[in-house]
Amino acid sequence: MATSQTDTTTNTGRDLQKQLLQNWYSALSHANEKGEKVAYLFISGNIMELLKVFDFHVVFPEVNALQCGIKRTAGDMILKAEDLGYSSDVCGYVKNDIGLVASDMTGPFGKMAKPDLLVCTYSGCNTYIKWFEALAAHFHCPLYMFDVPFSRGPETRTADIRYMMDELKELIALCEKITGRKYDEDKLKALLRCSREAEDLWVDILHSAKRQPSPFDAFFEAVFFMAPIYVMRGSRECVDYYRAVKDEIAGRVEAHTGPVPEERFRVVMEGPPPWPHFRTFWELFKTWGVVCVASSYSKVGGIWDFGYRHDPERPLESLAEYSLECYTNYNLARRVDMLDSYLHDYHADALVIHSVKSCRAFSMGQADMREVFIHERNVPTLFIESDLADPRYFSKAQLKNRIDAFFESLEHQRIVGAQTVAH
Amino acid sequence: MIEKQTAMKFDERIAWCKEQIEDPTLPTLREFKSRNGSRSPIVGNFPVWAPQEIVHAAGALPVTIAGGGSNLEIDHADSRVQSFVCSLSRSTLELGMRGYLEPVDAMVFTSICDVARNLGGVFKRNFPGIQTFYLHCPQNVASPAAVDYFATELRRFRRAMEDFIGDGITDAAIARSVGIFNEHRAALADLYALRREHPETISATESYLLLRASQMMPREEHTKILRATLAELEARPARRRDNIRIVIEGAFCEQPPWELLESIEEAGCYIVDDDFLLGSRWYDAPVQLGEDPIRSLAEAYVRQSVSSSVRHYGGRPRVDDFTHKIKANRVDGVIFCAAKFCEPALYDYVLLKSVADQMGIPYLAFEFEEKMGVFESVRTQVETFVESILLFAD
Ligand code: SF4
Ligand code: SF4
Repeated sequence: MATSQTDTTTNTGRDLQKQLLQNWYSALSHANEKGEKVAYLFISGNIMELLKVFDFHVVFPEVNALQCGIKRTAGDMILKAEDLGYSSDVCGYVKNDIGLVASDMTGPFGKMAKPDLLVCTYSGCNTYIKWFEALAAHFHCPLYMFDVPFSRGPETRTADIRYMMDELKELIALCEKITGRKYDEDKLKALLRCSREAEDLWVDILHSAKRQPSPFDAFFEAVFFMAPIYVMRGSRECVDYYRAVKDEIAGRVEAHTGPVPEERFRVVMEGPPPWPHFRTFWELFKTWGVVCVASSYSKVGGIWDFGYRHDPERPLESLAEYSLECYTNYNLARRVDMLDSYLHDYHADALVIHSVKSCRAFSMGQADMREVFIHERNVPTLFIESDLADPRYFSKAQLKNRIDAFFESLEHQRIVGAQTVAH
Repeated sequence: MIEKQTAMKFDERIAWCKEQIEDPTLPTLREFKSRNGSRSPIVGNFPVWAPQEIVHAAGALPVTIAGGGSNLEIDHADSRVQSFVCSLSRSTLELGMRGYLEPVDAMVFTSICDVARNLGGVFKRNFPGIQTFYLHCPQNVASPAAVDYFATELRRFRRAMEDFIGDGITDAAIARSVGIFNEHRAALADLYALRREHPETISATESYLLLRASQMMPREEHTKILRATLAELEARPARRRDNIRIVIEGAFCEQPPWELLESIEEAGCYIVDDDFLLGSRWYDAPVQLGEDPIRSLAEAYVRQSVSSSVRHYGGRPRVDDFTHKIKANRVDGVIFCAAKFCEPALYDYVLLKSVADQMGIPYLAFEFEEKMGVFESVRTQVETFVESILLFAD
């Protein structure tokens, strides 16, 4: 087993994930030369299984941006995009990707393949549209706008799904044209069966955080663990990966170890991590013995822990359902409900809202959420700001002050509370 | 009320429009409410586009609530919306938190951007007294399924409006409203044509103030005002100046302070086209009425809406429309004028400036906010821009 990043726990999942992604990237780097077709997709609600039917390589520009963030090359990429005219106020992920295009498609992961098809899954973020419009203009390749209506609950669901299924049929025809292959529904079903298997395992892993103490961090670790299920569904490797992670977690439970030496606070995390300062950010919480027991960011791609699964018996319909019901496509009321259920089901002490400037899809409305949780639900809530992509918007000192003050006061309340009970 | 404004002289009328947009307490709506009471509910919509024809057919007054303008202090909305979003969304929320939206009975939000979409959610929670509607406007306009989908969405909206007003909305009523809006858009198109051909007869600032007022009153009445204005302008003495012709791009949603436009004009520009309050001019030809007016509206939306940053255009690239705009208006330059933090406009700027580059059309770019206050630096920038173009022309 690999050495642990803290001396308290294991690191199998993290190490395996790195390996899987490396293989994935290296397969991509030769795709163009070999004449293999490449499709670009967005993570949220992606329909990668359908593209796999046609043997497309799938590329996720958001994952590229994330990698640049964590490998600390995002700053330069973003500046390149700003030189081209992108405002300092727009999403850093987009700028990172434009910077990559302007850097001869070369990032910390090597050379990125060019697209033969762009599939814009419009699951909740308008920036997606603008992003792929820019890439379509640059690469002169077809852009399919897979329009996903904003998920508003049962009232609109039937019409939304019908529309999306019509779109999927159009996309199938387009894929047939680009690849010269016929659509094979049995192949799709087999892929979806595989997805489903991985999804079952992933949900077990997520649920394990209900234990007290939790054997894993459902934000700081989950954001790595989630990569295969968002970019490699439908593959055997993906299933094997989650089996290995599940075993790792079982091992931790047995050995009584977890993400921190001693779990003192259980929190639910809302919002994405600051990738360029990931480690620093985590440390600020670790020092307080904080474990995230549930998070919304680990659901940006799709949500399985309330029962949804890809369904080989209803292939297109279940693909449509998946795209419709990912977290970025939820309205504010549904987001609040989901966080609220996490707070209860995972016995959390507090909610942390990490609000990032880049992503208005996430952040617009988060201040209002804070009001709901503090004033209507009586949940201690910490609200902090930085960015998921742009290293310039991270102020360690400021964050540390806010985080320390918050957990100090939580601790204080605990002591006072215990004394009141004792009296 | 309307007799008063049609009878006004041109300058008086413009001054009246200015008063309307300068007063964040929405006096016109208050007056309308006190005259009509519950007989005619007021249904606001956030920019850019909303199915105002259906609201109108329900017997309600459709109005566009486009922020609080330069005279509204943001005291409350900051607790709900962060500083890195457009001033429009913050000030619109502030209007609600201060109670200025009291005459407004309902609000419609559409899928124009992430901010607008979530603002709808914030409204729903914070103002239970205001009914909130949200519509998904299809983005996959190249798909035949888009029209069906949108017709379904519009029918759902129609039913929601019926529940809201407690009465049915007939097809005939919708068709009649579409006709009224077609007339209004035709009058606006005439105003814009006049600016294009004879920019000396009416300034863009004046035209803008007239346009803004259109969103605060019954549309049929505003058509009369526009027609009266156009008639009067025929006799208005005007002298053409040595100005350059420019178009403004990027102010389709949040609306710029009128002083900004005045500064641009005073610096030597004829603004011969713009995208202000784009939703009011969403179709560049009349909506063609078929048997089912809802379907006609859906078709018009999908196939006939003007190019903007808040919609995808399928096989009709946005750059083509922009190229056409530049050519048709015979412009000397472009001023990109995006609201600060408005992502759709800021992304499109990069795409569209490359069009200007390719066409060899000079451009200038700056951002505006509702409360920008001073316009001196804008004026200086534009003056330099104008000089450089004139110099080049010699
Ligand atoms: S705005 Fe948010 S969801 Fe959209 S691309 Fe940027 S980070 Fe992703
Ligand atoms: S001004 Fe721009 S960012 Fe703000 S609501 Fe309008 S389109 Fe969205």
